[in-house]
Amino acid sequence: MSFLTIKGLSARLKGSTFPILRDVSLQVAAGDVHGLVGESGAGKSMIGKAVLGILPGSVEITAGAIELDGVDLLALPPIERRRRIGATAALIPQDPLTALNPSRRIGPQITNRLVDILGWPRPKAEARARELLAEVHIPDPDRVMRAYPHELSGGMRQRILIASAFAAEPRLIVADEPTTALDVTVQKQILKLIAEMQARHGTALLFVTHDLGVVSKVCQSLSVLYGGKVIEATGVRDFFRAPAHAYSRALLAATPKYTDPLASLTPVPEAVIAAVQAEIAAYDAGHGRGAVQAVLRGARHG
Amino acid sequence: MAEKARVDGRSHIRRRAGPRLWLSAGWLGVLLLAAVLAPWIAPQDPLAQDLFLGRLPPIWVQGAEPGFYLGTDSLGRDVLSRILYGARLALIVALVAGFVTCVIGAAFGLLAGFLRGWVDVVISRAIDIWMAFPPVLFSILLIAVMGPGLMSIIIAIVVIDWTRFARVVRAEATAQGAMDYVASAQVAGRGRLSTMVTEILPNVLPTIIVLLTLEMGIAVIVEAILSFVNLSISTDDPTWGGMIAEGRTSIHQAWWVLIFPLITLFLTVLSFSQLGEGLKDRFDPVLR
Repeated sequence: MSFLTIKGLSARLKGSTFPILRDVSLQVAAGDVHGLVGESGAGKSMIGKAVLGILPGSVEITAGAIELDGVDLLALPPIERRRRIGATAALIPQDPLTALNPSRRIGPQITNRLVDILGWPRPKAEARARELLAEVHIPDPDRVMRAYPHELSGGMRQRILIASAFAAEPRLIVADEPTTALDVTVQKQILKLIAEMQARHGTALLFVTHDLGVVSKVCQSLSVLYGGKVIEATGVRDFFRAPAHAYSRALLAATPKYTDPLASLTPVPEAVIAAVQAEIAAYDAGHGRGAVQAVLRGARHG
Repeated sequence: MAEKARVDGRSHIRRRAGPRLWLSAGWLGVLLLAAVLAPWIAPQDPLAQDLFLGRLPPIWVQGAEPGFYLGTDSLGRDVLSRILYGARLALIVALVAGFVTCVIGAAFGLLAGFLRGWVDVVISRAIDIWMAFPPVLFSILLIAVMGPGLMSIIIAIVVIDWTRFARVVRAEATAQGAMDYVASAQVAGRGRLSTMVTEILPNVLPTIIVLLTLEMGIAVIVEAILSFVNLSISTDDPTWGGMIAEGRTSIHQAWWVLIFPLITLFLTVLSFSQLGEGLKDRFDPVLR
């Protein structure tokens, strides 16, 4: 029984026919880690945002369902939906530098979640926040609780955000490129930390990334996106052993090899891109959309 | 772990209040005291006319009379006493008009910048249209309609200047609204308005405070301009603008009637603007 089920989710920019998501379906089982992979502009972050109900105002969902623990979020009234998401899901954002409120101390930023979502009394929330900070290997949690975000390094802030995401024991966490804004040495620690916390808390994770190397380390299954469409969805083992789709194979081939840093990078061949775009155009035509040209242009720039 | 408990050097920067803050706060403090204590410390009755004492020079110039420290105007009224009493009106206008303008303008700016959508469209277009009116003419018109008086001045300032706050706060709120911490708050189940107040407002506050002090300075100027064109409160009550207007006519015979209120006005407006910057430097937790 999957915990998060997305069925036929389509979205577009308001006031245009340009689709951002095309009939996206995916499932994440409770306690599983599912990777969302694709180039920038492929719509992977949009899926995460749609699940958490924080799509930008310029995007509207045109079809589909997002079932969280068996309840279709899109069918709920806004207030009810927000409460439900708050109680069951959380976000590890991309950029730790902008993801903490700069004018408030760290302590309240974590404890407020516990107070808001779980209705805990403040002293209990504070004790728990301290535990959480220790759990993400932050030395001297007391001091960090009293610090302002700008007093801490990016890696520290990402640890705090991870602690904060796991704080209210959500059953699903959307990690939106959680290591992209960090430098390589810190990236590795943060990945390890996310994997460790995920395993300990048994939280399902929707892991948005453009890095297949990351996927191979933390995910059990993945969906490859292009132009807002799922090109391939499979288990991680199968994917790395034998990717089914030509685009997936090209993407895999384009991943830099750390064992051979001097080898020149292989871009995804033009022919493969043309083939995927033709596939999407065919899909659009089959769904009566007249935006094929726009799609091709958009995909090329995206 | 490789990372140490780096509540690092960044937290150890101590920011001094600096001469900017002290000087401006000092001058405004003196002015506030002067305004409150005017009846007790003013050497003369600010309204008492005596044509035999007309155009007395300041105390250090040949021909001065004791007790008239900064000289007298052409009707024999004591310049120092009138400046002291004028401070009352100037400060009341600065504080009341400044605060009301700030609250109204910032509220509209926050709503427009954070809620976006049609709210933003309506408020932004209103600001555009509003700002197309020439402000001085607009205020003169308003006061001509409402009749002169303290209330009218304050209303005129609020009506004209709320756009200044709304526009800047809107831009800031828009920028803050795009930050991930706002998204996180929403994921955690916070409502829109609650997010606006608890997440956005504290981060826009430093800007609002700077604008507020600027606005107080502007309010003093506007009051002076309106007094200058005789549209302030009744002509009997001493106002700095009124004194400047009177002094202008006798600048060649009695420069002090113009110069002293002018200096007071200048220092006050300058102090307000510097106070805002100084406070921001000192108290904004985010190093910008």
